[in-house]
Amino acid sequence: MTRISRWTTYFQITPLAAIFLLFLVVPIATIVVVSFFDYTTTSIIPAFILQNYEELLLSPVTWQTYLQTVEFALITWVLTLLIGFTLAYFLAFHVRSATWQQVLFLVCTIPFWTSNVIRMISWIPFLGRNGLANMTLMKMGLIHQPLEFLLYSNFAVVLVYVHLYTLFMVVPIFNSMMRIDRSLLEASLDAGATGWQTLTNVILPLCKPGIAIGSIFVVTIVMGDFVTVRMMSGGLSASVALMMANAMSLLQYPAAAANAVVLLIVVLMIVVGMMRVVDIRKEL
Amino acid sequence: MAKLNGGVGRRKILKGAGVMAGAALGSTVGAPMIWAQNNKNIVLRQFGTGVSNLNEVAEKCKADTGLTIQMTALDSDACVQRAVTQPNSYDIADIEYWMIKKIWPSKVLQPFDTKKLTYYDKIVPLFKTGKLKPDSVIAQGTAPHTVGFVEKQDATTFAKGETQWFTMVPTIYNADTLGIRPDLVGREISSWKDILDPKFKGKTSILNIPSIGIMDAAMICESAGIVKYGDKGNMTKAEIDKTIEFLIKTKKDGQFRAFWKTFDESVNLMTSGEVIIQSMWSPAVAAVRSKGVACKYQPLKEGYRSWGDGLAIAAHLKGPQLDAAYEYINWYLSGWTGAFLNRQGYYSAVLDTAKKFMSEDEWGFWMEGKPAKGDIMSPQGKVMEKAGTVRDGGSFDARMGAVACWNAVMDEDRYMVQKWNSFIAA
Repeated sequence: MTRISRWTTYFQITPLAAIFLLFLVVPIATIVVVSFFDYTTTSIIPAFILQNYEELLLSPVTWQTYLQTVEFALITWVLTLLIGFTLAYFLAFHVRSATWQQVLFLVCTIPFWTSNVIRMISWIPFLGRNGLANMTLMKMGLIHQPLEFLLYSNFAVVLVYVHLYTLFMVVPIFNSMMRIDRSLLEASLDAGATGWQTLTNVILPLCKPGIAIGSIFVVTIVMGDFVTVRMMSGGLSASVALMMANAMSLLQYPAAAANAVVLLIVVLMIVVGMMRVVDIRKEL
Repeated sequence: MAKLNGGVGRRKILKGAGVMAGAALGSTVGAPMIWAQNNKNIVLRQFGTGVSNLNEVAEKCKADTGLTIQMTALDSDACVQRAVTQPNSYDIADIEYWMIKKIWPSKVLQPFDTKKLTYYDKIVPLFKTGKLKPDSVIAQGTAPHTVGFVEKQDATTFAKGETQWFTMVPTIYNADTLGIRPDLVGREISSWKDILDPKFKGKTSILNIPSIGIMDAAMICESAGIVKYGDKGNMTKAEIDKTIEFLIKTKKDGQFRAFWKTFDESVNLMTSGEVIIQSMWSPAVAAVRSKGVACKYQPLKEGYRSWGDGLAIAAHLKGPQLDAAYEYINWYLSGWTGAFLNRQGYYSAVLDTAKKFMSEDEWGFWMEGKPAKGDIMSPQGKVMEKAGTVRDGGSFDARMGAVACWNAVMDEDRYMVQKWNSFIAA
């Protein structure tokens, strides 16, 4: 094998590097630069001031909002993980025929054939005060007053998150499970392990990369979401991205940029934390 | 852009023809004739809130003048954003008076020469002096006449009184109040503070557009005696603090069901019965009624919160495009559109011309507060009100004469927005 010239290697990585530079590095650098700019109601003034960060980090509203967003992310993560793992487990180990596995997997994706905004909004008439859920419960005599917390509440927000994002958990976990060598499970049974022991000692450790990938999807999406929070909480709750959207709609781009930088750092820290627990590359 | 290339090319040829025609006829006669011929090639790009971006208006304009108006509807915040950050993306800005206070200093718009506006003298005096009648009291907030004029063509600050340079031609305006579900409130509603009644806990809403929401909040706080304002349209920091503090407390007590940001959200909240008393816009009330749900635009004793929309022209417009813009606006005020807007429950800026396009019964119902003799139709030909009904709030003079405050931009705008965000996040 002849040694490839250094220049050939550089040449080969140029397209990818250029794309990253143009569509990732440059925009993020711009956001960082703008986050130090000053602004008035109508204009953005190039400058180097820390006021945007000061106003952001010293405000209790910011901390409340970050806390709220992390809470949404955490609850959603736990629920999607439980449901996603169970679904994937059923598909991978209980459904024996490969055809049925594929059919059922496709069934899971059917809701994704419509836009996720539509899937979100359809919950509103269902959960409303005079909606289907309340009507049914009242007809059945289970409640006498409509349940107010069903819509325009944090409950509604989390419900929709779980509905929208569970599949992002199912797919990578299912993928990890399908790669598990079935003879390992037999060996586990032969060695006298119960079903639960097999699950916790064999399957779970081997699914870690799938769980990590799914978790990264779910957590990053929820941390950056603003539409769901606005629609499902009826404007009563806030999220970090919603704060940014508010600032941008009022032309306060530098304030939004500062918030974006802080959010980016927080999310990166979470992702790095996950990567330290699980080595994703092992499974890719 | 195809329109620019095509348009300019043809215009050049016509201009060439114009020079020859001008030589033969004398330039003063030649010029307008050429532009009139050229109207069919002229496209004016207009953006604005959903309120007045009406396809019917664009179609009628095309039929009457040959001008093509391309309309884009945006929400209020996006309008300000578009106007300031993308000044070349539009020719006509259809914006509210409080927005122009924010937009004008960035020099993206140019003022009108009142001498070129055919109906300038007939525009309702509210927009020139702030007074409906010579003895009226000027309402608080960003009253249109305070941002309606500039001293010079290129001035960035507003003039104190009437001048030749008009920043914006008013087109459509109204007096806003609370909308209620008369079938569900079960009591008399007469004041802004009634929205705080514990009986309505979890069944109220206000709008989440800071510059408008804060005014509704101020009307509520003032009427409940929580805050006394020097000028609701220009609050001090202390007044903002007190208002927001009260809003947060009310929110935590669970008085509000939701906050709405778009027209359709307010309609859905009301129709579904999630909310029975809330801030509302008049066509939203009409939309709820058209679904067979009872809804009233309740006049309140403290008065109305008013708003006004107008058309402004982009700074980059010149030559035939600028003339076309004047022609469009003169056409706009010539009556047909005014009648169209009045029939939707808004008001037009020039009443005399609009009257000619409305029947006596329509004029009586919408403008004079008289009971309708026959069914009142919407511009689209649907029955809006049955014979015998009287408009909520009564006549034009009764409604526009009882304006307590205009939508406003405050000096402490940046502070107010921060506080408003803390209210939404709380």
